[in-house]
Parts: sequence; structure tokens; C-alpha cells
Amino acid sequence: MPLVKAGAEIANTWTFVADGAVLPESGQTSVSLARFLALKQGQENGPLPDGVRLGPADDPAELEPYLPELSLIEVDFPRYVDGRGYSQAQLLRRRYGYAGELRAVGHVLRDQIFYMHRSGFDAYETRRAGLSEVLEALAEFTEAYQPAANGPGAAFRKRTGA
Amino acid sequence: MYRYDQFDAQIVRERVAQFRGQVARRLSGELLEDEFKPLRLQNGVYLQLHAYMLRIAIPYGQLSPRQLRRLAEIARDYDKGYGHFTTRQNIQFNWVALKDIPDVLDKLAEVEMHAIQTSGNCIRNTTTDHYAGAAQDEVLDPRAWCEIIRQWSTFHPEFAFLPRKFKIAVTAAEHDRAAIRVHDVGLHIRQQDGVTGFEVWVGGGQGRTPHIAALVNPFVPEARILDYLEAIMRVYNRYGRRDNKYKARIKILVSELGEAEYIRQVEEEFAAQRADEKIDLPAEEIARIHAYFAPPPLPAKPAGSKLLDAAKAADPAFARWTRTNLHPHKAQGYASVTVSLKPLGVAPGDATGAQMDVVADLADTYGFGDIRVSHAQNLILPHIALDDLPAVYGALDAAGLGAANESRITDMIVCPGLDFCNLANARSIPVALEVQKVFADPAYEEDIGKLHINVSGCINACGHHHVGHIGILGVDKKGEEFYQILLGGRADEHAALGEIVGPGLKAEDVPGAIHRVVEFYRAQRTSPAEKFIDTLERLGHQPFQDALYAAG
Repeated sequence: MPLVKAGAEIANTWTFVADGAVLPESGQTSVSLARFLALKQGQENGPLPDGVRLGPADDPAELEPYLPELSLIEVDFPRYVDGRGYSQAQLLRRRYGYAGELRAVGHVLRDQIFYMHRSGFDAYETRRAGLSEVLEALAEFTEAYQPAANGPGAAFRKRTGA
Repeated sequence: MYRYDQFDAQIVRERVAQFRGQVARRLSGELLEDEFKPLRLQNGVYLQLHAYMLRIAIPYGQLSPRQLRRLAEIARDYDKGYGHFTTRQNIQFNWVALKDIPDVLDKLAEVEMHAIQTSGNCIRNTTTDHYAGAAQDEVLDPRAWCEIIRQWSTFHPEFAFLPRKFKIAVTAAEHDRAAIRVHDVGLHIRQQDGVTGFEVWVGGGQGRTPHIAALVNPFVPEARILDYLEAIMRVYNRYGRRDNKYKARIKILVSELGEAEYIRQVEEEFAAQRADEKIDLPAEEIARIHAYFAPPPLPAKPAGSKLLDAAKAADPAFARWTRTNLHPHKAQGYASVTVSLKPLGVAPGDATGAQMDVVADLADTYGFGDIRVSHAQNLILPHIALDDLPAVYGALDAAGLGAANESRITDMIVCPGLDFCNLANARSIPVALEVQKVFADPAYEEDIGKLHINVSGCINACGHHHVGHIGILGVDKKGEEFYQILLGGRADEHAALGEIVGPGLKAEDVPGAIHRVVEFYRAQRTSPAEKFIDTLERLGHQPFQDALYAAG
């Protein structure tokens, strides 16, 4: 599955470790929000990963205190039509000020990418869209009406110079 | 009306190019049908029983003559010569080939139109009072706020994959002609201490579990309304049910949480917005958009018209039409005209390309270039001088558009039904046309007065049967079509859901049953001024139900 970030297709150096599986001592790993909180709050012992994978029902507010320690947040889109991840991204970027990598994973298709980018994602692990398609999708719209986390600024601000 | 600037034009042009690419990828097989479906839906392309259907957005129901002529051209060149105006104030074409749709979108873009978000699980066309800008009872023209909401909701990156479709309606008049309490969000523009703001209703809707909306906030000042809508949408996007499409509308979230808890969550989200998350629409931008909806330059006129009086005296059919199809205008000497798309024997809401051209010409000649689509599936010429009414009527009547039945019993809201729709359980249009025949005598119909009959071919309620004074719902019983009758629904400021009165009827028994109910009303009303719905509310449903089932 292609991984695209910052205008390039890159190798995925991260490993998602499922709940219950043994955490490696080193390397870049992400875990579920529940497991991350358990490790953080001492209900589970083990090396602390600096990546978290959010499921659609997870509340990103629970991560807020730990955001400066995280290098990767993956937002899982189990189904293309499940749009909860867009709200999670907007919250992480715009309300909680997360500045690390925000990666869309799961059922990620070319035609979601413009919305994802504007919601605050900066990395896309797609089902099959390669670099050229992702770049094309990101460039489809040069203007937008509403403020968002990324991408074109709101038309009303450009209109008024505000 | 609103005119595109460089930003609007650019966004629509880029949308057409994007959709052209998506269609090409679908046709080449690169995009699977399941993956294409949400994309085509968000561009108004449905797969219906016989063909693809294209639904074109008519933002808040306003059209210029040039736009209506373009729709006429599309009807002729890409469809079978007609189009169907919808209860969302849009138009749909039932016979457009998928390969042609990008070209149709190009032609629409040339006249500042599109099909964006006319379907799919996103924010749909915002609807409003079809007399907006002309009605005497509005506090201000709601179209500017509809346009602001249109822009805010267009390609909103967070709300393109909602649990289910989402519909917003706006009214600025005490008498609600936009059915705001049966919308996902209903906004009532009010003024309080010199500040414009919005009464916010959430969670109304029809479909299989109809609800009247809850009052969520009595007054959100205009400067904060988009932020408040963002809070409403975010709570819905995060917590609306996605496990069952029949429980996915916001009305179910509101009812499962309870109004108090739902309101608490919205207020909490609204309060949590940081300063830099707020949409600070500059006052000059709000003023810029309002300026597009400045009243037309109506020459001053006397209150009455001798020409009109003479024409009424000479032609009883015209006189009747002036009694039924005019709405008072805020300027003296003018009226808003309803162009009925419900003549006898025609699918309600359908208009041919030739008819569209006639209405466009009338709007140019007499109507200050302003045309509206009403949610009751008629067209409106909002600003017609009383002196011009005879000429306008003459042209409409010659085009088969002279039916004198606005808000009368033959002015039914009807979904396409099983003749077109792959969701339907029963046909809607044929049963509606049979009912129309009973009331075909215009004098009889006028005597009955205002009475809304709404017809749906299945429980999805596209024909708004829950809020018809009389509702007709088609159901399928072991392969046979039956029709359940509902009584007592209304979509106005006294919004109420109709109640099913008893066992379903066979199609051939529906017209007689409706006739008995209407005759019972005529016998019981205190005077011809007492409307059907008022008599029904005064006497209760039981005697009407008895009348409905009276004959074998």
C-alpha cells in the first residue's frame, strides 16, 4: 500500500502493534488509543510507543495531554464512507494543536484525499493511489469556501482581504 | 440574485473537471462501482430503475431566465424533453446518459449552476421560503443567509461523509413556508434588540421515523451562526449512528440522546471552539452577499389595477386564478404568482422545455428576471405588477400552465414512485392523477379551499405524506399495491405529523375515500372560511376516519 507524504512516496518505517501482541523494545511503533492510555497510566507495562492509531469511535481529547510526545497519529478509516476521522483530524490540528505526522490509514482512496488534506492530514497510506494520483487529487481545487486546517484559504478572507 | 465571482466560478469549473475524471475512471473500470457511488451521488447522479438520474442544484430555489432556458435546453438535448422539479427546490432529469453528464455539467457551469451535493450523505441544497424577498411577513430576505450557508457547506472537508444526508431550511417569516420543523436543521431568522439572529431547530424529518424538530437554541446571533452549525454538524458526524442507515439521520441521534443531552453536547462543542476555529465572516462579506438580493427596481404603483379588474370581470377562469394563485407582495400594486406545475393529468412537478422557456420569457418581460421553485413543486414569479397579470395568465394558460390550484387539493406533492424510483413500493403518480380527477371541476376545488394532499410511494416519504393535511402512502402487501391514508399532518409553524387512520386501500378505492372525507369536511365546516385542517383539528380524526371507510 503506497504511503505518500510531503509530495513523495516514502517507505513505511512504522509498525502498528495490535492489542495483545508483544511490543518491540525498539523501532517506530503505533498502538491503539486504549493500549496507549493503559501504558501511559500504568495498567500495562512495556516500552512506550510514540505512535497511536485512532479508531473512528475514539475521542482525540483523551490524547491531548500526550500530544507533544507523539510523532505519529494514524486515523483509521475502516470504511471509505465513515467520515468520523475528518472530525478527529480537525480537532487534533485546530483545537489541540497537534503538530506531528497525521496519517490516514485503512480504506483510503484517491477521492478522499483533498478533504483529508484540508482536515489536517499530511500523510496518506492509500489502498492503491500512487504518488501521481495523490498529487493530482491534492491539486484538484485551488479555492475553497470555508476555513480549514490546510489547503486553500477561505474565499471570504481573500475577497475581503481579512 | 447571487452572481458568481472568480472564486465561485473557479470552484465549479474545477468540480466539473474532477467529476469528468471520476467518470472516466469509472468507465475504464479503474474505479469500482462501490467506490464511485458516493462520488456520483455527491454530484447528483443516481442509478434509477431505467437509467441514471441527474439532480441539479437550484440554490434556495432561485433561477434567472437564462438558467431556466439552459435547463430547457438540457431537457431537450439530453432528456426526453422535460424535467422534474423537486421538493428540495431542485430539478432532476431522469434519462441522462452517464457519459453525457460531464458535458451537461459544463453547460450548467456556463450559467453558474452545478449538481454539487444534491445527493449523498452530505449537506444538501439549503431551501427557503419561495416568496423570499417579496413576502410581506418576512423580517428580512433569507436568501443571503441561504447563500452564505451554501458556500460554507460546499465541499466542507469535515462533513462530506456524514452518517446520512443532511438538509437545512431557512425562513424569515412568521408563517413558515419552508417547513423548517421537518428538516435536519431549521433556521428561523429573528431580530432581537437590533441584532439579527437565528432560532435553531434540530432533528426534524420525515422518512420511516418522522420527527418534529426540537428547539435547540432560541437565538444565535448571525455572527456566530456558522460556528453553531459547525458544532451541530460535528456532534452529528462523530456520534450519529452509522450501523443502520435507517437510524442514521440526526433526528435519531436527538431522540436517542434526548433533547436535553443533545443540546448539552452541542453547547459544549460550541463553547469549546477556540478563537482561531471560529468562522469570522467579516461584516463586509455579509453585506456583500446581502447586496445581491437587493429588491428589484419596482416602479411605484397604485394599490389596485383597473386593467386587472376589467380582465377579471371578463374572464371567470382568470378571476379564479387571481383568487388562488397570487400571494401578497410587500410592494403595493404587485403580487407573487404561482405557476402551477399540477395541471390535470401531468406528473406533478414536471415541466417541458417549452414550458420552461415560456416562464423564462415571462420573467424577463414582466418579472424582473426572477423565478423561484417552490418546495411544493411549482414555479413562482415573485414580482409581477397587477396590471400585467392578465398578460402573464394568458401566456401561462396557453402553455398549459394556467391551473388555478395553488395550495388546493389538486396541487399535490408527489414523489416519482415506482414508475421511476428503485426504492418505491408502489406507484405514486397514477394514484395522484386519479384523485385529481375527482376534483377536476375548478369551482368545486375552489370551494374546498386550501387542502394539501401529499403522496409517497414508500416509507422514505419523499412525497412528504407525513405532513400533508391528507397523506397517502403507498405500501406493498404481498406484491399488491395498497395505500394508507394519513390525516392531520402539516409542515407550517404548527408542524404536526399525520396519523395513519386504518387499513390500507386499493388504488381504485383511494379517490372515492378522499372524496368522502372532503364531502364530510364541507358538510361540517362552520363556514367556507374554516379550512379543512381547522375542521379536522376541531372535530378530531374519528369522524373523518368513519367517513373515509363509510362506503364498501
